[in-house]
Amino acid sequence: MACFLVVAGEAAVTTVVQKVIEKKEKQPGSEIKNISGLSWSRKLGWLNKMLWGGTLLLALEHVWHGEVVPWWPFLTAMENPADIAPMLHEMATVGGAMAVTVTVVWVIMVLIAEARLKASAKVNTAGAGV
Amino acid sequence: MWLIMTLVAALITTAIWYIKAPDDKYKLGFLSLMFWGASIMWLVDHVIAYLQEGGEFLEINQDAILLGVSVIIFGLLVWGISLLLSDPKGVIKKILAKQ
Repeated sequence: MACFLVVAGEAAVTTVVQKVIEKKEKQPGSEIKNISGLSWSRKLGWLNKMLWGGTLLLALEHVWHGEVVPWWPFLTAMENPADIAPMLHEMATVGGAMAVTVTVVWVIMVLIAEARLKASAKVNTAGAGV
Repeated sequence: MWLIMTLVAALITTAIWYIKAPDDKYKLGFLSLMFWGASIMWLVDHVIAYLQEGGEFLEINQDAILLGVSVIIFGLLVWGISLLLSDPKGVIKKILAKQ
């Protein structure tokens, strides 16, 4: 019905957070540092791409199925008061689960990337010491 | 069906991105992350619908295939627009400078 709006909301928040962090990272003597060398703005960029991309493609699917229309109130479920409660329930359950799953996948991606970078840094350090 | 088609698109674009990596001049990383995001979201949607309502996990009919094709075309369109706007090869800049 409108599950993708939850993900869109998360994407809006993470985009703002990314922009703020990016600005801080560019400042000389920035305190936002990473041991691995991967900046937080870059890592958040991965999450934003998944969230916004998923939102756009799911929005198309909702238009295809007639759940989103180009006229007010844009969501067909909003036209009938009886459909509003199930729509909000779906947003909370399905939309929430989507947002959590994408975020968990992103956390796993970040952990793997950090671990790989740390491992390669160790190899380089050991190589330089020989 | 659109879930499977988007997943295939995500796998193909990831493979192409990996072959070209670390160079990501043409924003293939963005394209693959877009398809992965949608695939994860649809997978969650399908699993929840299957657990709550039962029935077939995947909808396989002409409409579902057409939607899958449309989703991939739309994804490529978004990527194409983003590529033209960022103009990594500076082609548009050169064309405009010529005129």
